[in-house]
Amino acid sequence: MPRLFRVLGFGLRVHFTMLSRSPFDLWVVVASPLIFATLAHFLFGGGGPQMLVAAIASGVMGIWSSTTASGAGALQAQRRLGVLELLVASPMPFWSVLLPISIAISAIGVYSLAIGLLYVRLFFGVPIDIHDWPAFVAAVPATIAAIGALGFLFASALVRFRSASMVGNVFEWPVWMVCGLLIPVSVLPGWLQPVSRVFAPTWGMSALRGATLGTGHPWADIGVCAVLAAAYLIAGALCLRFFLHAARARATLALT
Amino acid sequence: MRSLRLLTVGGYISYRALFGWLNPFMYTLTLLIPSVTQLAFFVYLGRAAGVAGDGYYVAGNALLAAATPSLFGMSQAIAGERYTQTLALLVVSPASRVAVFLGRAFPGTVNGFVVSIWTFVVATLLFGIAVPGSAVAPLALAIAATSFSCVGLGLFNAALGLRWRETGVLANLFLYVLLMFAGVNVPLARLPGWLSTLAQGLPVTHGANAARQLIGGAPFAHVAPQIAAEAAVGACYAVLGLAALRAFEVKARRGATLKVA
Repeated sequence: MPRLFRVLGFGLRVHFTMLSRSPFDLWVVVASPLIFATLAHFLFGGGGPQMLVAAIASGVMGIWSSTTASGAGALQAQRRLGVLELLVASPMPFWSVLLPISIAISAIGVYSLAIGLLYVRLFFGVPIDIHDWPAFVAAVPATIAAIGALGFLFASALVRFRSASMVGNVFEWPVWMVCGLLIPVSVLPGWLQPVSRVFAPTWGMSALRGATLGTGHPWADIGVCAVLAAAYLIAGALCLRFFLHAARARATLALT
Repeated sequence: MRSLRLLTVGGYISYRALFGWLNPFMYTLTLLIPSVTQLAFFVYLGRAAGVAGDGYYVAGNALLAAATPSLFGMSQAIAGERYTQTLALLVVSPASRVAVFLGRAFPGTVNGFVVSIWTFVVATLLFGIAVPGSAVAPLALAIAATSFSCVGLGLFNAALGLRWRETGVLANLFLYVLLMFAGVNVPLARLPGWLSTLAQGLPVTHGANAARQLIGGAPFAHVAPQIAAEAAVGACYAVLGLAALRAFEVKARRGATLKVA
């Protein structure tokens, strides 16, 4: 068990550090808050709490963006580096290798949140006035972990897909749209609204918004994030087990 | 004749190599689906903001859809050569640079046109935007002009690839500038004056404006100056791109930095 925790912790640290030095990955998480907070400013106008929430929403968009840009293709990256077979063949369970990569990819989204807040503070004079700091501080890692777990599920489900990252990209705009980040869910067509509930960003954003404005039930939303993360992890581990077994049985791990 | 062959055959082969997988499913995943979902996002964002009607966002984002293949496709004109280790061979070859890179720009323009038309058609069906029959041909012309201007900007981005390795980041940066300031999602009247003026020199601004007026029933003669302005903006960027390619190539050869940029 200590060895497993060591692999998880070490993997998280190494990949977070590597991603923090990648111009492309940093651009992905930095661009979102700058762009969408700016758009929110010009479209919705004003400042105050609503602009603060827009900045947080654009930060969550950055976390999701990172997950779709790199998370789905996490295994493809290992394949490209030529270490996928070695990692699969190692004595540690493969999920313990993949999970820290997925979490690290969403964790660099913390830059996105920080930049979003800093941006609206410096450029639009919006005070960082959080109503419930403990809930906000708890909601940030819960959101990142839940979105990271969703990235783990994507990576696991797409392990045999040569262009997994392309498939992941397809989810970027739809999830931004349905999860109530900048667009209230009530604006969407009725049939689309329930879809938002299966995606972690919806609940993460709801928790962050509730903690910021003092509305809703942020701790309950954090709980839903945890439940969803557990569900994604279980589904991802099952997918990984199935697809890896198939790839090894057919000796196609390096080819697919 | 040799330059013409380079322009046509070279451009065609380069375009096929760009989509090395030659798989329509991946083309759909990469270009066709995201262009529609991006448009839908902004239509609903527009509804939430109450700034403009659906038609405003449909016209703007359908034309902006041409920018993605243009910017990223053209950035690969340099990045792809570097990746396949053929950039140095290209630079030492006696081939006309204008023919080589314009040859790559032409398929990019056609690709942008196709993606934009697709997005426009799907979006009008999804959001119930009525397009007058008389507007179809002028709309196609506006989309073609916009695709060309986006490729012109893409050519400039490709040139920057000789100096900076991260062409994907640069293409993203240009795309986001268009998204925010080209009057696609934020009406120019809501931007500060200097940004609104700057937008006149950006691809898509005039094309999107023309498309909106055509949807609204304006005759071709009324929007022709806008379409011409869009094409002129594209020509300026294309010339700027070719000049930058030449300048950066000379600089890279002088400093022997072609492969390490």
